[in-house]
Amino acid sequence: MSAFLSIVRRDLLLAMRRKSEVLTALFFFIIVVSLFPLGIGPESALLRKIAPGIIWVAALLSTMLSLNRLFATDHADGTLEQMVLAPTPLGLLVAGKILAHWLVSGLPLVLLAPVLGLQFDLDPSALGILIVALLLGTPLLSLIGAIGAALTLGVRGGGVLLSLLVLPLYIPALIFGAGAVEAYISGLGAAGHLSLLAALLALAVFFAPWATTAALKIALE
Amino acid sequence: MNNRLINWFKFASPQSFYPLAGKLIPLFWALTAIFGIAGLWISFFVAPTDAVQGEGYRIIFIHVPASWMSMFIYLVMAAWAGLGLALNTRLSGMMAQALAPTGALMAFLSLWTGALWGKPMWGTWWVWDARLTSELILFFLYIGFIALQAAIDDPRRADKAGAILALVGVVNVPIIYFSVKWWNTLHQGASVSLAKSPSMAQTMLWGMLIMALCFWMYSIAVALMRARAIILEREIHTEWARALPEVKE
Repeated sequence: MSAFLSIVRRDLLLAMRRKSEVLTALFFFIIVVSLFPLGIGPESALLRKIAPGIIWVAALLSTMLSLNRLFATDHADGTLEQMVLAPTPLGLLVAGKILAHWLVSGLPLVLLAPVLGLQFDLDPSALGILIVALLLGTPLLSLIGAIGAALTLGVRGGGVLLSLLVLPLYIPALIFGAGAVEAYISGLGAAGHLSLLAALLALAVFFAPWATTAALKIALE
Repeated sequence: MNNRLINWFKFASPQSFYPLAGKLIPLFWALTAIFGIAGLWISFFVAPTDAVQGEGYRIIFIHVPASWMSMFIYLVMAAWAGLGLALNTRLSGMMAQALAPTGALMAFLSLWTGALWGKPMWGTWWVWDARLTSELILFFLYIGFIALQAAIDDPRRADKAGAILALVGVVNVPIIYFSVKWWNTLHQGASVSLAKSPSMAQTMLWGMLIMALCFWMYSIAVALMRARAIILEREIHTEWARALPEVKE
């Protein structure tokens, strides 16, 4: 367990030392979301309707941006090989890296989303649902994305390939995440969507580090 | 010890599989032709004109088998991939790689014929119906698999990485299907219900089943041909491959 915590600490420290990479992904998220009203027009009724979908799609895209670096730098300087050789199970270390990735690139999105939601004229209770949905959904994005990042490690054109592999797998998260807010706004209640999102998260927490570990071992053979 | 009629594991090696595939390919092509001619004859001349949809409905004889095959091939591909990871056999990865383009073709055909069918029937090329959307996502999954295999130079790593992706995909396919289905029911209005299709005439069903068999045989024949090409490509450095008459020429 201490190995898990030290990996999380190390990755957070590394991210803090290279703030610009983290901030770039965040500003990308903000800019993408802000472009939509400019493209569509400022009618608040329309914007309120499309807000959850846009915020979620932007969250998906900005997660893709930071996924590349999840294993690439460790692979380049040989740390990843040491992790594979370490006595601690690789799955645990991978889980630590995924948690750190979420803390750096997922959690800020959750915190920023309500501010962006205000731009789209969402009312406060809908913003609350949006936060809960993102809180359940963004870890899912980091977990599934880690599988893709491990599969494309050191591969030609890895970045574009990664989005081709991972984005189709993100569709359930997108549907339930954006659907929760829309269902709440239309008066259906968000509980169903949120429970399904939580169920997907539980599945991914169990399977994704395992699949990522297998993919990493193949990449390092 | 070995008193079974055929030792199946013998064919797990590319060397013994290559000639076997060569013998099976003409057989499967012949079956494709027989089922194809029978199926097309039933679908064009025997099956009656549909009371509601007119002659245009005949596209289902291509559309439905293509959709079935696109889903089935993904399962077969994932099964080969899993086998390859579990038993570490080289041939399994080659079979998965050989099946992927056929599966992608079937998914594309199913989308394309669906659009051609949708235009006269519902007056639109595309609706965000659960089935159409899942088929589109399945197509993306095939493309992702092919792209990943193409991007990795080492064939053994490509096989294994592709295998993991195929297995992750196969776990996700039902989740994607049901999420899209539920998404669709929540957004009623634009969608056209495909679920309540009127009961089908017996001859139409037969035409469709025979066409499905034709597609099935075609997929096997093409996958075997592609597998043979992949074997030659990867095993060209070995003695037995160099001794083959088609390589010597």
